[in-house]
Amino acid sequence: MAAEKAEMDALKKECDGLRAQIEAARKAVNDGSMSAAASGVASVGRVQLKLRKTLKGHLAKIYAMHWSADSRQMVSASQDGKLLIWDCFTGNKLVAVPLKSAWVMSVAFAPSGNLVASGGLDNICTVYNIKAASPKTLRELDAHTGYLSCCRFLSDTEILTASGDTTCCLWDLETGKQKVIFTNHIGDCMSLALSPDMNTFISGACDSLAKLWDLREGACKQTFSGHTSDINAISFFQSGNAIITGSDDCQCKMYDLRSDQEVICYQDASLNAGVTSLALSSSGRLIFAGYDDFNCHIWDSLKGEKVGVLSGHDNRVSCTGVPDDGMGVCTGSWDSFLKLWN
Amino acid sequence: MTIRNVLRDHGQRYRPRMACLKKAEKVVLEMQDPTTGVKLQPQRLVITTIPHAITGEDIVVWLADRFQIDAQEARSFGSMLVALGYIYPIQDHKRLVVKPDASLYRFQTPYFWPTQQWPVEDTDYAIYLAKRNIRKKGILELHEQEQYNHLHKWMNHKWDFIVMQAKEQYRAAKERKKPDRVVFDCQERAYWVVHRPPPGTVSAMDYGLERLIDPNAHEAKTPDDYERIMIFTQQSIMRPRVKSSVSIGALVKYCATYKGHDPFLSKCLPSNPWLTDDVTYWALNMPNVEIPTKMRVERWTFSFGELLSDPRGRDDFRLFLKKEFSGENLAFWEGCEDLKWGTAATMKEKAEQIYKTFLARGAPRWINIDGKTMEITVKGLKHPHRYVLDAAQTHIYMLMKKDSYGRYLKSPVFKETTKKAVCPEEHKFSDSQLEQNARNRRPSLSPIIIRQQEQEQKAKMAASAPVDITQVMSKLSQQGKEAPPRRTSVKND
Repeated sequence: MAAEKAEMDALKKECDGLRAQIEAARKAVNDGSMSAAASGVASVGRVQLKLRKTLKGHLAKIYAMHWSADSRQMVSASQDGKLLIWDCFTGNKLVAVPLKSAWVMSVAFAPSGNLVASGGLDNICTVYNIKAASPKTLRELDAHTGYLSCCRFLSDTEILTASGDTTCCLWDLETGKQKVIFTNHIGDCMSLALSPDMNTFISGACDSLAKLWDLREGACKQTFSGHTSDINAISFFQSGNAIITGSDDCQCKMYDLRSDQEVICYQDASLNAGVTSLALSSSGRLIFAGYDDFNCHIWDSLKGEKVGVLSGHDNRVSCTGVPDDGMGVCTGSWDSFLKLWN
Repeated sequence: MTIRNVLRDHGQRYRPRMACLKKAEKVVLEMQDPTTGVKLQPQRLVITTIPHAITGEDIVVWLADRFQIDAQEARSFGSMLVALGYIYPIQDHKRLVVKPDASLYRFQTPYFWPTQQWPVEDTDYAIYLAKRNIRKKGILELHEQEQYNHLHKWMNHKWDFIVMQAKEQYRAAKERKKPDRVVFDCQERAYWVVHRPPPGTVSAMDYGLERLIDPNAHEAKTPDDYERIMIFTQQSIMRPRVKSSVSIGALVKYCATYKGHDPFLSKCLPSNPWLTDDVTYWALNMPNVEIPTKMRVERWTFSFGELLSDPRGRDDFRLFLKKEFSGENLAFWEGCEDLKWGTAATMKEKAEQIYKTFLARGAPRWINIDGKTMEITVKGLKHPHRYVLDAAQTHIYMLMKKDSYGRYLKSPVFKETTKKAVCPEEHKFSDSQLEQNARNRRPSLSPIIIRQQEQEQKAKMAASAPVDITQVMSKLSQQGKEAPPRRTSVKND
């Protein structure tokens, strides 16, 4: 018994030693900070956006939204058991998809515009074909043992899901089977994001870690720590070389992938609400972060300063999204409204 | 005093709001500091005076001063502290906001703070409601009455205990001094306003759905766990890292390069459709528009990836490659993309087609890749899967990027396109015109129609390719021109 304990202690010590080595390796390449690099960059000044449209139609808390690749259509999911597909330019509702389970937590639009997927407490990711005369269920992907927190299409044939059972999964939509299961997190996975080149993806979880995964190899390539609470939102920087995370510890952080470390932390002493969602403007300069305090705050990603705020919601901002053409930003809230700003 | 239910822990240790609650607590403790905190004043109630009350105005002023924020933000911050239950209003106790006037508030006792280890129990709520009922019948609000009836129904088995507890607490309270009693009643009432809000109100305690797994429960338990952690960590250490000054510099450069293309930071020409309800911008930037805008052409110069991902850019590049007789590279790359993202049923057929057209000996559009890559690819094609052409595709991509892309940017094709590119005038709509625009909004062209158009275009191009070199050469010799120098090894039949 004592010998076993001694063995475990020795192993633990070795692990700690290795972790110290990673830190040392990261420190070794840390020869320049973001504040130094961004010192020569002009400030963006105060960013004042106006509310352009309020989309009314949901009857309960909105939990998720996702823009279509055409930058005009958008799908939103609410716990009233409906997915609504909007034409954001005209403000019209195009399609209403009734859900089998009202406890939806995530929704995604396929790049082709033919499919939408949703999932939540039912542990199932349901894929609907919305181009048919009336929306038809194409597939029900049922293998997770925890709630579905996020899903993203790679194409009409593959979809990635993140679940409360701590795993992420790549599914083949044609067979409805799992292709790759990504396990490494020790807490609920809360969100994921695909890289612009579609070869890797990142996930944020309740173990306060963000991980980078390789889609082909099915393995975790990099892990980023620094947050002290659940990571609720994660996104790639446009160039694909950095990631932004938002957490319940009221901070957002940017991690650089190539130098493998945290680059900047977006925090403010007067901000005492968790980050629920985030989205970047098309140049990556502005970060729109939705918080529990009913507002969406705008950060200058290079300088780390708060440069604006979107107020108007009467309850938590649960989802934020910027379309591909970068024309504006959409915030969805528990007050059942979606607001478009620019 | 009450039974603690250990099974339904509500995840107090890893509850979603813990981080914020702890921060709020620190602020509240600062606010209670006798010297630097918020000014205290007594509250007068007919004959009794109750100390330690604070005004809403003082709260806002203190917060604005402490965090260097404006009055509006200080008010929101203060309201958040009230909504979380750290400060409670004495008058108008049901509205959990900070009013920046002489309204009185008091700090909640730590026993009732939301960070405490015990969950908010229905049993306690039942006792509280029963107690109020004993004190004065008919005092419960409608929603409280409904809750009371509901709890009475499903807690029927321990109702005797609840009533007994309520009576006991009521009796004990009567023995307290009046100021203490008043304060405690206020505290308890405030606690339940926070944790059992009336229906239809927004509750700060509503943190959404609960987490499933406790990350703190997972610890390395066996030598195997440690082995795995060590292997992963060792691989991590060996990963090549770029100097942060270089990679951060690249991020800054990216922002600077794209600043002019970010609608939040630069003007959109002719106008941002969201702002003016005019769709000219979208019409000018359709995927397969004849004449691109100057901004769009500028994006093609930012990186090869930008050029390839824009269908119009790819068309231009294709035209250039046709003139250089190296169009097979792009065609192969497109074939690979098609294979990667297409349906599984068509994969075998596509793989065969690609092999016949680009890779086989004597193929009409043979691509120039090194022997090793060719060997791996041909071998993989025997059992084709989505990523079988990855190695070859990467090789061709890098070839185009390092070689053709640079020449394309200097070519007459590109110069021509740049010259013809439009730079629309900025719209200057009057208010009435803007109203008109808003009225004339039409739904967009359905993506399915756009996709059909793209398919038709693709089919047209497939019909015209591959380029027959003998025909081209005979045409040129008829015109008396020399045959162009061969860029890649094209096999003649």
